[in-house]
Amino acid sequence: MGELDPKGAGAAMKSAMRSRKVQQLKREIPLYIMLMPAVVILLVYAYGPMIGNVIAFQRFLPGRGLFGSEFIGLENFIYVFKMPNIWSVIYNTVFISSMKIVLGIIVPVTVALMLNEVHHNAFKRTVQTIIYLPYFLSWVILSGIIITILSPSDGIVNHLLGYLGIEPIFFLGDERIFPYTIVVTDIWKNFGFGTIVYLTALTSIDPNLYEASLIDGANRWQQTIHITLPGISTTIILLSVISVGNILNAGFEQIFNLYSPMVYSTGDILDTLVYRMGIQNYQFGVATAIGLIKSVVATVFIVVSNRAAEKIGGYRVF
Amino acid sequence: MKFKKSPGYILFLIINYGVLFFLAATCFFPILHVLALSMSSSAAASSGRVLILPVEFNLQSYRYVVENNAFLKAFAVSVKRVALGVPINMFLTVLSAYPLSRRKEQFRMKTFFTWFFLFTILFSGGMIPWYMVIKETGLLDTIWALTIPGAVPVFNVILLVNYFRSIPAELEEAAYMDGASHWCILWKIFLPISIPTLATVLLFSLLSHWNSWFDGLILMNNPDKYPLQSYMQTIVISRDPTTLTERDLDLLKIISDKTTKSAQLFIAMIPIICVYPFLQKYFTTGLIVGGIKG
Repeated sequence: MGELDPKGAGAAMKSAMRSRKVQQLKREIPLYIMLMPAVVILLVYAYGPMIGNVIAFQRFLPGRGLFGSEFIGLENFIYVFKMPNIWSVIYNTVFISSMKIVLGIIVPVTVALMLNEVHHNAFKRTVQTIIYLPYFLSWVILSGIIITILSPSDGIVNHLLGYLGIEPIFFLGDERIFPYTIVVTDIWKNFGFGTIVYLTALTSIDPNLYEASLIDGANRWQQTIHITLPGISTTIILLSVISVGNILNAGFEQIFNLYSPMVYSTGDILDTLVYRMGIQNYQFGVATAIGLIKSVVATVFIVVSNRAAEKIGGYRVF
Repeated sequence: MKFKKSPGYILFLIINYGVLFFLAATCFFPILHVLALSMSSSAAASSGRVLILPVEFNLQSYRYVVENNAFLKAFAVSVKRVALGVPINMFLTVLSAYPLSRRKEQFRMKTFFTWFFLFTILFSGGMIPWYMVIKETGLLDTIWALTIPGAVPVFNVILLVNYFRSIPAELEEAAYMDGASHWCILWKIFLPISIPTLATVLLFSLLSHWNSWFDGLILMNNPDKYPLQSYMQTIVISRDPTTLTERDLDLLKIISDKTTKSAQLFIAMIPIICVYPFLQKYFTTGLIVGGIKG
């Protein structure tokens, strides 16, 4: 047999590899074409605004645009932290969102456990279906309903309280009550959805565990504590860890529709402040600066909470 | 499961059913109450006599709404928005989910593009720059302002990617051997078996377009172009009793705002009430597929 020519073989292999690469690329071209439209839209409308954050470092004048406005370094940021109300706004944001996070776990878990004890399927299904109706309605519609029923002068809730001899409560206009109204109405909108999630998790618990515990003489309460709760604990931990990433989102759409100048002291949050400063008062630079600080901190929270979720439950969103 | 019917257990059951009934009532009665208000006389509505049944039944406020041009216009804008926005969402969701669901050997830039998509949820540009970009691209005051900036619903893309990844590889390998292109595999194999997930994604997109109001409010300078939810925002919220002026109060005595508001609230809810029973079915599927997997 003739001698092997290592050089030639190498060259042949290289050209074969190259042609395979070309082939692979050819095979990939349709994939790039498919992605193209979405990539362009995200570049403009998701990455564009990220770049637009340079407004935060400018004395921005809309007439001059992004490139013509004067750069002023950190002046806007210094202004933000000198604003008299900034700390109370930060406090309100964190206070409202952390109450929402905590109750947003406790309430749905409790309701799911309670529904789990119901053995009339029709009742169970009806309750399930009704309680997550508000989840699908927008905050505009829900706020319309809330404002109607909570009105101190002619709202149904205060009317009913009146029968019990309770003075009308100004749920949306009293600065001491407003944050709690916000939290309760938020839970009201969302608990049905959370309940469904936990009920889904409940169905994956092995029924044999219950059978076995029954033989050991466990009662229903002991079963709940020792089988049901541990069975959904992973879901609980994961969802709570992930919700921590939302600590700076106190719910713009809700508060924007329900607040009024009377309750700014306890109800104003970062997002509503950005809206008023930017869209209403045209202080674009300062508003963008607040928004940028919020985005950066929020991103850190999301990343950390997701890392934690991955560590604890092996769940990966990113 | 059978337990001894101890008095304690029976008491628990009674409380349990009672609390659950109460919770369901808090979700259901406000809506019923609004419906009842809309069909009551204005005097009854403001005197607090209306609970969940109309008092002095009449449909005057519905007649007012139907004759109210602004409401009808806004309704039409919303329909137009859904009709344009949902197909755009679906088209882009499907087109982006397929490449992102490929294995790394098939698509070497996969990781890069996945992060390109994910990063947009991770870091948001913020309200002001977002508004500026839409303004600079000339979309303000057009229907495109409501459909193009949110044309790629990244969450739906993730959901569909997860589903596509769960499709057995043998299916497409067989097709690939027969010389099928990516387009063909997506169109003829992936889409037909993904119908339940596509339905979920479709409902999400429908809901988000129908329910959005903030974009309409700030991207449309002309209130004639408001979609329904933005219009509702201006009439329902902006006249809330906490910010009423003296003049408004006088006006309120003449026309009852309460009944017409309620009628409009109810009409705006109808589409959601119609589709949401279907949501439950797809919702849980969507959750299982998109949620706890990743």
